[in-house]
Amino acid sequence: MATATTSYDALNLPPALIDAATPAADWVVVWPVALALTGAGLLVMLRNYRHMQLAFAVAVITAILLSNLYLLARVIESGPLAMTMGRWLPPFGITFAADMTSAIFSLAASIAALVVAFYAQTELTDREHKFGFYPMLLLLLCGVSGSFLTGDIFNLYVWFEVMLIASFGMLILGGRKLQLDGAIKYGFLNFLATTLFLITVAYLYGLTGTLNFADLVDKGADIPTGPLITVSLLFLLAFGVKAAAFPGNAWLPASYHTPAVSVSAIFGGLLTKVGAYAVIRVLTMALPEGGAQLQPVIVLIAIGSLILGPLGAMAQTNLRRAIGFLVIGGIGAIFAGFALASHHGIGGAIFYAFHSMLAITAFYLLAGLIERSTGTTDTRKMGGLYAANAPLSILFLIMIFLISGLPPFLGLWPKILLVEGGVRAENWWLVAAILINSFLTLIAASRLWAHIFWRNGVEGERSEQAPVGLQKLDRTENWFGFLPTMILMAIILVFGLFPNWLFEASGIAARDMLLPDRYVDAVFAHAEDRQ
Amino acid sequence: MEVALAGLIGLFVAAAVYLLLSKAIIRMLLGVAILGNAVNLLIFTVGRLTPEIPPIVAAGEYLPIEGSANPLPQALILTAIVIGFALLSFLLVLGYRAYQELDADNTDNMRLAEPEDAPRPPLSY
Amino acid sequence: MNTVIFRTAAPILAALMLVFSVFVLLRGHNEPGGGFIGGLIGASALAIYGIAMGVEETRKALKVHPITLAGFGVVMAAISGFISLAFDVPFLTGLWWIFDFDGSEVALSTPLIFDLGVYAVVVGAVGTIALALEADEGGD
Repeated sequence: MATATTSYDALNLPPALIDAATPAADWVVVWPVALALTGAGLLVMLRNYRHMQLAFAVAVITAILLSNLYLLARVIESGPLAMTMGRWLPPFGITFAADMTSAIFSLAASIAALVVAFYAQTELTDREHKFGFYPMLLLLLCGVSGSFLTGDIFNLYVWFEVMLIASFGMLILGGRKLQLDGAIKYGFLNFLATTLFLITVAYLYGLTGTLNFADLVDKGADIPTGPLITVSLLFLLAFGVKAAAFPGNAWLPASYHTPAVSVSAIFGGLLTKVGAYAVIRVLTMALPEGGAQLQPVIVLIAIGSLILGPLGAMAQTNLRRAIGFLVIGGIGAIFAGFALASHHGIGGAIFYAFHSMLAITAFYLLAGLIERSTGTTDTRKMGGLYAANAPLSILFLIMIFLISGLPPFLGLWPKILLVEGGVRAENWWLVAAILINSFLTLIAASRLWAHIFWRNGVEGERSEQAPVGLQKLDRTENWFGFLPTMILMAIILVFGLFPNWLFEASGIAARDMLLPDRYVDAVFAHAEDRQ
Repeated sequence: MEVALAGLIGLFVAAAVYLLLSKAIIRMLLGVAILGNAVNLLIFTVGRLTPEIPPIVAAGEYLPIEGSANPLPQALILTAIVIGFALLSFLLVLGYRAYQELDADNTDNMRLAEPEDAPRPPLSY
Repeated sequence: MNTVIFRTAAPILAALMLVFSVFVLLRGHNEPGGGFIGGLIGASALAIYGIAMGVEETRKALKVHPITLAGFGVVMAAISGFISLAFDVPFLTGLWWIFDFDGSEVALSTPLIFDLGVYAVVVGAVGTIALALEADEGGD
């Protein structure tokens, strides 16, 4: 380092920089993002080495998974963790901060990405390898983890865009006409949502002069009510479209069934949850007053998504479109908890989002295996798969229990929290909507099961013969498709049978969201002169 | 000065919304481009306008001169321009490909992913 | 675009632009310039060379695919952040090493490495798009 004789020392303004040394262990906040970005860059450089792509991507995602586990351990042990880039004192540098919510979401994202990395082997062609499925998967994971871990609202916008660029690339990978059609709708609506987000960030900056979440917790309280409602409503609209909450959901069922199954799985599992995370982070933690003002609107959004999601799923004949509608129902549950804005509500929402990230990913992968076995996407033509592939049908049955929230699986626990929160707040409409949602989801999903597995033959034909198109999964599909899906289901099962730590974690997460003093302290740990 | 820029931003957004409501993809793309410029101008304006002094710390000084411009909005705009440019060029290519492959610049004709006469769901169990 | 004048001038012009792009790149940080602008100038050099000599010729002259260059840039920018790890400071902290060569100061820093990474990303990504658009079949 330079000594104090050159003009370059003007760069090291003492009061603007953190003096304390940063222990290497604190780096865990940036590892998930930094590793994903580096890995994506290296994979682009290795684009001509097809056989190395999978191994390398899996190695990088495993490293990310491990650092997420360590991050979670740190957050459980000592509360929120923060690091400000470039040694600047917050709120001036870009802060990365992880509380319990960030840590468990980031963990779920890396688990889902790891499974999908394996599954992709069953369907990628050489050309799609070369056009960069794996680099884009890592870039997507980088954007998702970045969104979860960043402590700066403009930086959140940047990660949204990173995610969007990666998802564009993945959506049109393969370039079938159907995909172009879906990508146009996905592209325009998501681009508009992020632009709306940027507009709102500009307003917020104009009102408060800061972009740091922890700083906003203090300064957001001073915004006059009128502008506050404007800003909050715009945030709700932008994030609502990103989360595919009713009525901003049109793009999701239009696009999620068009790309490769692994792409559908990672999108359905992660992308909408990032919108839901952002809405909770901004309107519950940073601008709680705005969230409270908009509560009636949020309740309506939640009820609409809860009811219309599974109803839409029932009306579909395309398997993956039906799942797309079930994703929307799940977003409704998260918004229901967000609307309650109580300890139970937020805890339930965070728990549900964690469950949904893993479960929806597994659901799309199962759908992919079914499409493989039957050679069609139309549920009316699938019939009789039970005889051909019994393990698949058992996994699908568990999945039905899982997403409609029946005991003893993971989906039950967050719904208990949400219903209890609703009862405590005496918000009977929300309670009713959550219960009706579970019931409708059960009907929609078990109809799928009955049509695909139970019934012999094709809709409208009276013959009891199974369709001729049924085929067994081949070796690659078994080892890279079925096995990872089964492992993911097993992980979800274990989480569901031993949910204690998740209850505790979502309790801590909800506490830190509703009362972010620990988060603010962690971010401003080095700013001694801040009152 | 802020008032004039606010009016200009309003004009940009109005034009962008009008274009985005069109059925033709090429018009929607133009709308997106104009909207991006409106947002950049908005960020610039909310950062408060100050005349003439660039936000550069002179050599040997520790603080910028009193009344110099706010550098943060400029950094934000630069980021937003780069990202917006990348996304716009992607959408442009996508729109062109869609025009070639689907033979449709009219979004009403783009019904591949969501068929117009969708079959009824299975009625029995 | 097959005039003799253009084809004769293009390589010289491209070379000049590449040199200028490096100049703009290095002059960044304290003066207007930097990786992004330098990268755009560098990519324009590739585009001009591509228009004059054909896309195939440009790809051959480049040796590596431009998208590989972009990947390399991302890795380099990330590495510039990782260097901070060895000095107990947060990710992406600007670290400076000042060398004195015969009275003239030479400042090397991690922001410079980051800028080099940005330069490579921009040349690679914009170059890829430009070459794909110049290629007849549309490529991408």
